[in-house]
Amino acid sequence: MSGDHSTYVPSSGVGKWVDSRLPLPRLMHDSFVSYPVPRNLNYAYTFGGILMVMLVVQILTGVVLAMHYAASTQMAFDSVEKIMRDVNSGWLLRYMHANGASFFFIAVYIHIFRGLYYGSYKAPREILWILGVVILLLMMATAFMGYVLPWGQMSFWGATVITGFFTAFPVIGEPLQQLLLGGFAVDNPTLNRFFSLHYLLPFMIAGVVILHVWALHVTGQTNPTGVDVKTKTDTVAFTPYATLKDALAMVVFFVFFAYFIFYIPNYLGHADNYIQANPLVTPSHIVPEWYFLPFYAILRAITFNIGPIDSKLGGVLAMFGSIAVLFFLPWLDTSRVRSAVYRPWYKVFFWVFAINAVFLGWLGSRPAEGWYVTASQLSTLYYFAFFLIIMPLLGMIETPRRVPNSISEAVLSRKNGGSGQPAAAVSAPEDRA
Amino acid sequence: MSEHETTAEPGGEPTRRDFLFLTTGMAAVVGGATVAWPFIDQMRPDASTLALASVEVDVSSLSEGMSLTVQWRGRPVFIRNRTEEEVEAAQAVELAELKDPVARNENIPNAEATDLNRSAGEGMENWIVMIGSCTHLGCVPLGQAGDYNGWFCPCHGSHYDTAGRIRRGPAPENLPVPPFEFISDSMIRIG
Repeated sequence: MSGDHSTYVPSSGVGKWVDSRLPLPRLMHDSFVSYPVPRNLNYAYTFGGILMVMLVVQILTGVVLAMHYAASTQMAFDSVEKIMRDVNSGWLLRYMHANGASFFFIAVYIHIFRGLYYGSYKAPREILWILGVVILLLMMATAFMGYVLPWGQMSFWGATVITGFFTAFPVIGEPLQQLLLGGFAVDNPTLNRFFSLHYLLPFMIAGVVILHVWALHVTGQTNPTGVDVKTKTDTVAFTPYATLKDALAMVVFFVFFAYFIFYIPNYLGHADNYIQANPLVTPSHIVPEWYFLPFYAILRAITFNIGPIDSKLGGVLAMFGSIAVLFFLPWLDTSRVRSAVYRPWYKVFFWVFAINAVFLGWLGSRPAEGWYVTASQLSTLYYFAFFLIIMPLLGMIETPRRVPNSISEAVLSRKNGGSGQPAAAVSAPEDRA
Repeated sequence: MSEHETTAEPGGEPTRRDFLFLTTGMAAVVGGATVAWPFIDQMRPDASTLALASVEVDVSSLSEGMSLTVQWRGRPVFIRNRTEEEVEAAQAVELAELKDPVARNENIPNAEATDLNRSAGEGMENWIVMIGSCTHLGCVPLGQAGDYNGWFCPCHGSHYDTAGRIRRGPAPENLPVPPFEFISDSMIRIG
């Protein structure tokens, strides 16, 4: 699938001249025009493209916002208000950027769950998957630091709580926290470095995205059947097929994005962040942005000591562990069948996992008391059990359904009025159109 | 390094090229670390931040039962002139009941977390000075609140008693007492 034979033919003299010196147009043509993609990709596969566009949206709006923003504790809050009130179109750019972060995460979570469902992380796509997890981590760091910049109450206290995680580590914890903050508490040095890093990290994300796409183009895309591409009839050209499908999905995605920007721009934010940061007063209820809530719930679920690990360190380790476990996913899943479509039990556990993840997010928004704590603990248990127990064991004991011989077979059987299950096509291959 | 054509046969003497290769490599490693250091070092608290390490506070206006919050090193410090009931309640607590048995008082390291060791000392038991930053994740606890009528952290529900000792909730340690002294009857220097 890596395009062994390039089909690029430069049409003009200039094209030929460039092609023999720096074949960048050839690379683009082979990667995004003639590149073969499985013909059965569904809309779940459009989020990669959407994510690329979201990264561009965030970088563009971010670069122009930085032209008006002042990274100083004295001026940050006012400069953001100035962007909202005085700067021409500033309100629009800021709402695009702030809601863009949320929509970036919506898209990335769908993208990840698509990978989980269709087994996109399995051999030979382990590095592709790991690069994706690296991007997720970079995104989280970027989003966290960006949220500090408006210097509201949630900015300040979110930064305090999150950098406080590092104090959980024995001995090195406190020096490490001071190294991150550049002081004994969140203050001007913290704001300055967060701004610098918030500007840097998206470009690092862009770099890893290039590696991610490179790895994708070496192995080729998965598809809903999980069956490898075998013949040319299994694929279609990226342009126009995937390009247009991605474009349509993007338009629909942008309709929702625009609705949030223009009608409910603060729905996903917190009112407290429109109060300037005050180091002496903590808001009564601190919650992170919605996309961190499941991890926040996991952090708070560990209320008990585990041997020599106290509850605070335990919570921090569980939270980091909930992301770290993703790195090992390709080796935790022992099933030889890639797609959940043919794994009747995995499918059930997967959907329970998805609902559980949303439930964890809801629990993260609740105060840590009463039955919420117990529920968080049970949900956290399932989160880890899914990866560490269910995935390894299920692959050994589950009886998968029959996997189609090829993508074409699966597609054609559906076209023939089959139930979407390939068995019909196999039993009567002569009926195929 | 045996692939180098100039390298001696296995078991033979190392060649000059081996020597050059090793020393160049070492110089690159040491040089790299040396260059990296200022990039890491600049992140540590700078001189102006460290210069704020001491503040003096007039506490003459604090009558019994009143508190004051001042900022020290960017963090709030609670100064409270405790009521007699609060002192008695804290003194009545057995050490075995405490989650953290260490006083966490920088003025008397490694002392037991008795009420006396947490306070400003003999004759000054009513005064308590502590960094108002929850030892869990750094929120500012609310005063005269919680199950022990001491301090209560709203973020993750840690309850401190009237001596600022952690009694219930996720926080692992007592609220730390910063280095401080009474420089006169009504002035406290913190730091």
